[in-house]
Amino acid sequence: MTLLANNTKAAMGRRRGTVSVPAVTLAHGGGGSAMRNLIDDVFVTAFDNPSLDLLEDQARFALADLARLGDRLAFTTDSYVVDPLFFPGGDIGKLAVCGTINDLAAGGAVPLYLTCSAIIEEGLEVSTLRAVAKSMAAAAADAGVQIVTGDTKVVHKGTCDKLFLNTAGVGIIREGVDLGASRCRPGDTVLVNGLLGDHGAAILAARGDMELAAAIASDCAALHGLVGDLLRAAPGTRFIRDATRGGLATVLNEAARASNVSIRITEAATPIREEVKAFCEILGLDPLYLANEGKIVCVVPGNEEQAALEAMRAHPLGRHAAAIGRVTANDPGRVVMDTVFGGQRIVDMLVGDQLPRIC
Amino acid sequence: MKFVDEFRDPEKARSLLGEINRLAARIDICRHRPLALMEVCGGHTHAIFKFGIGNMLPDAIELVHGPGCPVCVLPMGRVDDCVALAETPGVIFTTFGDAMRVPGSKKSLLQAKGDGADVRMVYSPLDALKLARKHPGREVVFFGLGFETTMPSTALTILQAEREGIKNFSLFCNHITIIPTIKALLDSPEMELDGFLGPGHVSMVIGTRPYRFVSEHYKRPMVIAGFEPLDVLQSAWMVLKQIAEGRCEVENQYGRVVPERGNPAALSAVSRVFELREFFEWRGLGSIDHSGVRLRKAFAQYDAEKKFSVPALRIADPKSCQCGEVLKGVIKPWECKVFGKACTPEKPLGALMVSSEGACAAYHQYGAINRPHQQDSAA
Repeated sequence: MTLLANNTKAAMGRRRGTVSVPAVTLAHGGGGSAMRNLIDDVFVTAFDNPSLDLLEDQARFALADLARLGDRLAFTTDSYVVDPLFFPGGDIGKLAVCGTINDLAAGGAVPLYLTCSAIIEEGLEVSTLRAVAKSMAAAAADAGVQIVTGDTKVVHKGTCDKLFLNTAGVGIIREGVDLGASRCRPGDTVLVNGLLGDHGAAILAARGDMELAAAIASDCAALHGLVGDLLRAAPGTRFIRDATRGGLATVLNEAARASNVSIRITEAATPIREEVKAFCEILGLDPLYLANEGKIVCVVPGNEEQAALEAMRAHPLGRHAAAIGRVTANDPGRVVMDTVFGGQRIVDMLVGDQLPRIC
Repeated sequence: MKFVDEFRDPEKARSLLGEINRLAARIDICRHRPLALMEVCGGHTHAIFKFGIGNMLPDAIELVHGPGCPVCVLPMGRVDDCVALAETPGVIFTTFGDAMRVPGSKKSLLQAKGDGADVRMVYSPLDALKLARKHPGREVVFFGLGFETTMPSTALTILQAEREGIKNFSLFCNHITIIPTIKALLDSPEMELDGFLGPGHVSMVIGTRPYRFVSEHYKRPMVIAGFEPLDVLQSAWMVLKQIAEGRCEVENQYGRVVPERGNPAALSAVSRVFELREFFEWRGLGSIDHSGVRLRKAFAQYDAEKKFSVPALRIADPKSCQCGEVLKGVIKPWECKVFGKACTPEKPLGALMVSSEGACAAYHQYGAINRPHQQDSAA
């Protein structure tokens, strides 16, 4: 994208500040030169784009350029408070970029620009912050989006946990793409793009509360490329959502309720890694409710199932894509699973967090 | 998954169900009413709902969900004690996850945590001991909960604390024992049970012998059952086979885990550390003699009830709650006046609505499919 090219000249020649102390202090949030140095050293250097380098209070876009890409603007925001900041398969920075891109992609939008707002706990190592910013920059570059504006706050020790990030994202929806939870119809097929529950299990294991070592990495990835391929192959696609908090079960329930249909899934067809299954068995958790950060649930008309599956499987992030169930008319609002054992059970919304069982 | 998938084979399930149907046809009682089989343990209740076993069984068999969910039978006063301990300045209160949401008279541990108490979820009592080592300036209290299944790990943790001379660790002991409870159920005049699926993991510790009174005195068949769905089906088949053949024994389906004599090392740790209380209060069931344990005097320094001031008030269950009748299998969860209305998983009145092992929560989450089916069969 070159929508920001006009700003390049203005950005040239400014000298960027640097931070020489090891940890962030309240002075770095004070609005003075210390803050300027932190923003320059950490964020402007990592994200390295002309709009950001101007350090205006807002990023500016030419409407005509945006309008060439589609007929609707998509706009979303998400906050990231994950603990630990670094985990197998990713970190809070990569998550903040991919998560917001996925929120745009699930609406069929092509993501263009992100913001980055950081709330930093006093005392956080500057090197940690640099690593997070670097990871955000790499994820954004991989995804072809730019981080064009942002904000930094430093709060007293104990008033936030190390680092919280917020990213808002802007994308464009092409003409004719119209996805929604209420558009599912009996006869449609439910698909996922791969193995479920990796992120939730990876975070639980990385947190170390459970003293369980597990070789599971987060699936954190930006999915707009995959969604683009899917929409080209299955233009009738009804609904896409990234199955983050609450997992597959929550997304299916939202769709069943919004469309007033029943969704019937097959346990045997639902792809879950053996390690994740074992992790859940031991802790008494249900993988259907575990968070994902690189998985979408999509509903396509029955006659586009094959095309959609092939398109997803041809993409590196969809190799394990599977058709896991069907939309039916009876029992509206309910999600039912045919168990591997030959029984049926209801898959309901989760009330709160999943709590491991006692024995 | 190895050692799991083998026990979830739908082909084997179909052939077992065929056998169960054939046996049911031979049993006289089934001509008049469904056979009432109680699964004592909450782990079984969970498996039954998770795999949809209830609606695979013929109408001639009705599963009654027993009291073996330690979280569910915890009386409100005890939860209040937990909250009081958790809110004591300097205390880190550690608990198994699913006890967090059990309602006390004022709040749950989860709410206490929200109000600022340092409540931490652990997976093992040894994790709690580790916290005590890590925070020598704080008092770490472990909420000991569960039947004989979890008792040995608590006992070993106390012994470990003693060996290491750790002083800032204590136990709020709410461990309960299964045998007096089954006896109390069998003595209850409202009970009409034809057989039992016995608790597998309790029996891994205590063995199969302590259940003999069930067959010898009360003339009910019992099969110690595993927790995979084929275990449950096979155990139901074994109970039916006993009934059809006019036998009445304690059998062990879960032989791969449960030895006849239990686990002597675990039992010796338990008896070294714990002694029976004269009685223990159960939610819904009232007070049952010798159904709980406490730390022996020699371990008094690890007893949170002695170390801290604990309110120890008896709080009556909410009047509208029918947890007791559900626990005894007298009514079905959905027949309770407040089920799904005043009492939901979001806002549980009774503990049965809290844990995924609780019959009410299980019905609420998984069970609506089963309901019409079982109502028909009861009619």
